[in-house]
Amino acid sequence: MASDATSKPHHWHVADPSPWPIVGSVSALVMAVGGIIYMHTGFIWGFLLGVVLVMYTMVVWFKDVILEAETPGLHTPPVQVGLRISFLLFIVSEVMFFFAFFWAFFHSSLPILNLVAGAWPPEGIEVLHTWDIPFLNTLILLSSGATLTIAHHALIENNRDRFLNYTLITVILGFIFLGFQIFEYSVAAFSLQDGIYPSTFFLATGFHGFHVLIGAVFLTVCYFRGRNGHFKPDHHVGFEAAAWYWHFVDVVWLFLFINVYWWGSSPLGHLQP
Amino acid sequence: MSDAAAAHDHGHDDHHGAPAGWRRWVYSTNHKDIGTLYLVAAMVAVLIGGVFSFMIRLELQSPGLQYIEDLQFYNVLVTAHGFVMVFFFVMPALIGGFGNWFIPLMIGAPDMAFPRMNNISFWLLVVGLLLLLTSALVAGGAGTGWTVYPPLSNATFHSGAAVDFAILSLHVAGASSILGAINFITTIMNMRAPGMTYHRMPLFIWAMLVTAFLLLLALPVLAGALTMLLTDRNFGTTFFEASGGGDPIFWQHLFWFFGHPEVYIMIVPAFGVISHVVSTFSKKPVFGYLGMAYAMAAIGFIGFIVWAHHMFTVGFNVETRAYFVLATMVIAVPTGVKIFSWLATMWGGSIEFRTPMLYAMGFIFLFVVGGVTGITLANAGVDIAFHDTYFVIAHFHYVLSIAAAFGILSGFFYWFPKMCGKMYNESLGKIQFWLMFIGVNILFFPQHFSGMAGMPRRIPDYPEAYAGWNFVSSIGAYISFAASLLFFYIVIQTLRSGEKAPANPWGEGATTLEWQVPSPAPFHTHDQTPDMRPQPAE
Repeated sequence: MASDATSKPHHWHVADPSPWPIVGSVSALVMAVGGIIYMHTGFIWGFLLGVVLVMYTMVVWFKDVILEAETPGLHTPPVQVGLRISFLLFIVSEVMFFFAFFWAFFHSSLPILNLVAGAWPPEGIEVLHTWDIPFLNTLILLSSGATLTIAHHALIENNRDRFLNYTLITVILGFIFLGFQIFEYSVAAFSLQDGIYPSTFFLATGFHGFHVLIGAVFLTVCYFRGRNGHFKPDHHVGFEAAAWYWHFVDVVWLFLFINVYWWGSSPLGHLQP
Repeated sequence: MSDAAAAHDHGHDDHHGAPAGWRRWVYSTNHKDIGTLYLVAAMVAVLIGGVFSFMIRLELQSPGLQYIEDLQFYNVLVTAHGFVMVFFFVMPALIGGFGNWFIPLMIGAPDMAFPRMNNISFWLLVVGLLLLLTSALVAGGAGTGWTVYPPLSNATFHSGAAVDFAILSLHVAGASSILGAINFITTIMNMRAPGMTYHRMPLFIWAMLVTAFLLLLALPVLAGALTMLLTDRNFGTTFFEASGGGDPIFWQHLFWFFGHPEVYIMIVPAFGVISHVVSTFSKKPVFGYLGMAYAMAAIGFIGFIVWAHHMFTVGFNVETRAYFVLATMVIAVPTGVKIFSWLATMWGGSIEFRTPMLYAMGFIFLFVVGGVTGITLANAGVDIAFHDTYFVIAHFHYVLSIAAAFGILSGFFYWFPKMCGKMYNESLGKIQFWLMFIGVNILFFPQHFSGMAGMPRRIPDYPEAYAGWNFVSSIGAYISFAASLLFFYIVIQTLRSGEKAPANPWGEGATTLEWQVPSPAPFHTHDQTPDMRPQPAE
């Protein structure tokens, strides 16, 4: 039971009241309604307003969090543990989101899961060449994981220049990846409306690309925070989270490359019923 | 802890009281205020969802079409009733309401791990409810059922914006729940008082931990499914369109991979509540504490590998069906552990039949009835006959509507004195219980008979043969509705003129930390972290 002699003042950070949660929720409402109006009428400005409002909310909210992180005594070591746990949990939820799209891919491509499946790739679909851009992008993304790890070690060793340079290289590699991805989409011989192959291909790789963008922006923020003297060798949860996120995106890509681009684009005649 | 000790040492930024005016609620970062907001939202939602179900019951009171001319409107009623009750009544009450209020209190933490994120979880829920109600009102409404199966939910059969509103409502409510789950797990893993190991934390905390993991793992899959449905409807993908190489059955897989854990998301928190109430009013510790904790974890785990028992009629081969029958039956084992442990807790106890205890015992009865019909339905062969009949309706209303609601009511009567500082009228509470217990049983028990006789669900009209039990069922609905009104009267009467509640109104049986703070619980609690380490032997 609680005993008076040994109880101590707590070391948790209880945030002050904030307007951003309700501002963010109203922004989400605007974005949702705007999105529906766009899908049914083609009028896009309501949706874009919602996107801007959501991004505004993120900026002002994360600004508060960063200010708190840089205020001594708020993000105590136990609070940092909590932040790490929560970010790992967030990544777990992201994994389950991608799980749905991988399931869509395997449900469509494996006859054992799907009684009405035809050939895979479906007839008439001209697939992308696995060992061209997809493989190049694999090398780019894996390299970016390595440069990010160098940056992380540099931060721990308090070598700020090296930390900043390698973070910047990682961000640049991320955007090069995205550029190739956009190019690949533009030269693909199929479009989104061409049936189940493009459906699974574009949503799985598209959501991955969107996550690369998020990760790159996350790292860009870390770069500028680092330039402004944020992060200490023993206190850099923000950077650590960005690094974890980047590695998560990397792993998703490996699964996409192996399954969707490589295995999924070879004719699977031996698997047909 | 003594007030003096709490008063003299405040090195933190939490030395202020409650902010004044509307900002206290709208900008809140206080777990108790946010918990209260959740409970109020759940009460509003249950009234809305209750009116929908009452309209359904009025229409079904006798054969033929009484009140509803537009059959799509009936489908919309059924759909909106399901969505509102699942996502905006049961989940907010049990998880958002009780979870927010009592996780920090029970583990000795000053608040949730992320108080601001806690607030956006609540307001996103409100946004979700607004979008859902809009979906019922635009373009003829979403008449898809809460399962939103394509092809009924695709752009051919629901061409208007209604289904898109429903999809985005679930997206937003799902984001709210995922953020809440992250918050709950982090709080429980990181902020327990020293000495409160996993094997010593209260069962309600165990229940919330399991529930939060189910939310974290199941809801993103629903988000993926909803995204595919949205792009199928609006951007020309063909995930669920057979004409484009897709498969409508695939939606059912994704939906039930989320949907089956979802039903445990609704009932596992009630397990936690019931354990506390049964122990308190039997004046005994819970029988088989560790077994109870791991039974919940086991139920949560198995909940992810049984989804296709909702789909026995889609044409699986016999091996697939055999697996899903077996896996489903296995759930009866940990569930049995829970039921018998509650009974063993009561056995030999000095039982006090206060209102929360009556509701807990009502819960056990209702959950056993629903559980037994669940085992019946788990048999693929039997389910071919029962699929989409009122037998299924009776089964899942026993487990996740009325049993979950009894869990909520049990917890509400148990913790209401702690939350508002006043005692409800015990006699009125007991009358309310009996009225509710009789009402829901008259309402739902006869639906087993209608279902066994073959009455299909989601149809507003039926042959004369089903008239008798449907009439009885509607009488039960009136009694339940009266009991609900009496509940709201008790809430208002308690808030206006209830007697002042002591810190612990339940006596020696109530041993968890929330009973050691005053009633009502002050704005900030556990400013001093309690020490829960075992005391050295005297």
